[in-house]
Amino acid sequence: MKTELSGSHAGGSIQSSTAADAVNDIVMAGNKSKGGRPYFLEDPAVERVLNITMAVAAEVAVLHERMDTIERILEAKGLLNRKEIENYIPDENAAEERQGWHARFSARILRIVQQEVEAIAHPENNTPMRTIADEINEM
Amino acid sequence: MPYQLPPVWTELKQHAVFPEFSHDERARYNFLANLNRFISTVIAPGNQLAYAKRVEPAFVNANGRGFADRFEVGEAMKQDPVYQMWASLRRSTMEMRQQNGRAVVLRQAQQLANRVAKELEHTDLLQLKENFQVPPYLRHVDNHLMPGSYHTEYFQGDVSNAANYDSGLFVTSGGMLGSLTDGGGRAIAAWIKETYPDFHPHQILDIGCGLGHNTLPIAIAFPDAMVIGIDAGAPMLRYGAARAHALKVQNVKFIQADAADMKEFADGQFDWVQTTMFLHETGGKSIHKIFKEIGRVLKNGGLNLHIEQPQYTPEMSMYEQFMRDWDAYYNAEPYWGHMHDLKPEELMEEAGVPKNKFMQVGVKAINDLDKKKQDGKVTEDYGRSPIWNVFGGWKAE
Repeated sequence: MKTELSGSHAGGSIQSSTAADAVNDIVMAGNKSKGGRPYFLEDPAVERVLNITMAVAAEVAVLHERMDTIERILEAKGLLNRKEIENYIPDENAAEERQGWHARFSARILRIVQQEVEAIAHPENNTPMRTIADEINEM
Repeated sequence: MPYQLPPVWTELKQHAVFPEFSHDERARYNFLANLNRFISTVIAPGNQLAYAKRVEPAFVNANGRGFADRFEVGEAMKQDPVYQMWASLRRSTMEMRQQNGRAVVLRQAQQLANRVAKELEHTDLLQLKENFQVPPYLRHVDNHLMPGSYHTEYFQGDVSNAANYDSGLFVTSGGMLGSLTDGGGRAIAAWIKETYPDFHPHQILDIGCGLGHNTLPIAIAFPDAMVIGIDAGAPMLRYGAARAHALKVQNVKFIQADAADMKEFADGQFDWVQTTMFLHETGGKSIHKIFKEIGRVLKNGGLNLHIEQPQYTPEMSMYEQFMRDWDAYYNAEPYWGHMHDLKPEELMEEAGVPKNKFMQVGVKAINDLDKKKQDGKVTEDYGRSPIWNVFGGWKAE
């Protein structure tokens, strides 16, 4: 499997005659360019997370645009009235289901922050696992 | 003033060899164009504020003097959280733009190569060379963080990197270069016609033409001339020739050649030699060979013009020089800084243009997507705005 091809043909000798032999599109799409990558934030780990977050943000935007396309096509076909969507007010049952979805969504995103809080709230539950392993060996 | 939205990606003209995009691939580019617009108009001005309000005052306070050069500005700005976040986001968008664009073209790389080959059947628009030596300054770096740069071919007949460039420049520029990404070429052609209505060139050379974005507007504006575009990158030339054929521009050729050694052209062959955003992607020794060669192939009394970003001059603030230098280091255009330190009138003398025939003007992109929505005001986004410095002159008779 070819994983790194960027710049490898400088000067012009091409080993492959077809794309099927030469191209692994999933990996090569994300090839690194030449030169050391600069990190601007003080902690490179934070910058990595920022990059992952921005990529996820892109995919959220893509989903939103796809949903918008679906709504417009359905409306054009008379299957949907987007004003109805804008003016939609959930009944009691639907409201509870939807609010529950939002709550779980927030909880999933902020899991790590929640657990930091739990760690402070219950210091007795923060024993390092190596210590626990030794302890449990005596049990 | 209301927020100015970039045009949607689908306003790009889909010529016959343009890569195919799925719905979500288009949406990814719409996201990135908007993200870039937001970063450049809302977040980037924070750099100027941080500089003026705290970075410079703190430096003066600590050192009893102002900044000596743009590198000192850079060291101080690196400590500022607003700059750090802006720079980190900007780098991130550049990398995302490459990954998303490459994902589109690499999955259809063979089809693109086949479409280009078919478009070029029975044409003589393209001349590639066996064993062509790609100049060292190109092999040394992946310009604009584009893996493989302009010249890498992953297989025979490959045009992937050119198709990626063509379909993705929209994202980086926020759609400000027009539906064929040709705002620079249109601007220079219009400026020449207006400023020199009696200039009727027959042979025009466009050096570093890439895939011909800015070459075709010149060919269209001067239908009686033959325009020759040269470049080192085979994928760019192949794709560019096919694109020109698809757009029915006939008075143009794409030839693989080294600008520092244009042995295929005769002394005094050209009435006009043009480069567009090319010089800053060369090298510190090569640039002088290139100007000498330009002087050789340009006929006496001929015109030589270069579209570039502004040179760094003592009148330009240290802050602006630093901001303009950003792309040099962080968008992989490392010759950018050194090139903009040169004196253009001295370069032109190397091409045979005397100082009294030297000229320098500012030119703004002609964007057919503008639709008068925008009021012509562009937030300065150093190195990215579609506003250029044109320098050049007329070779001595």
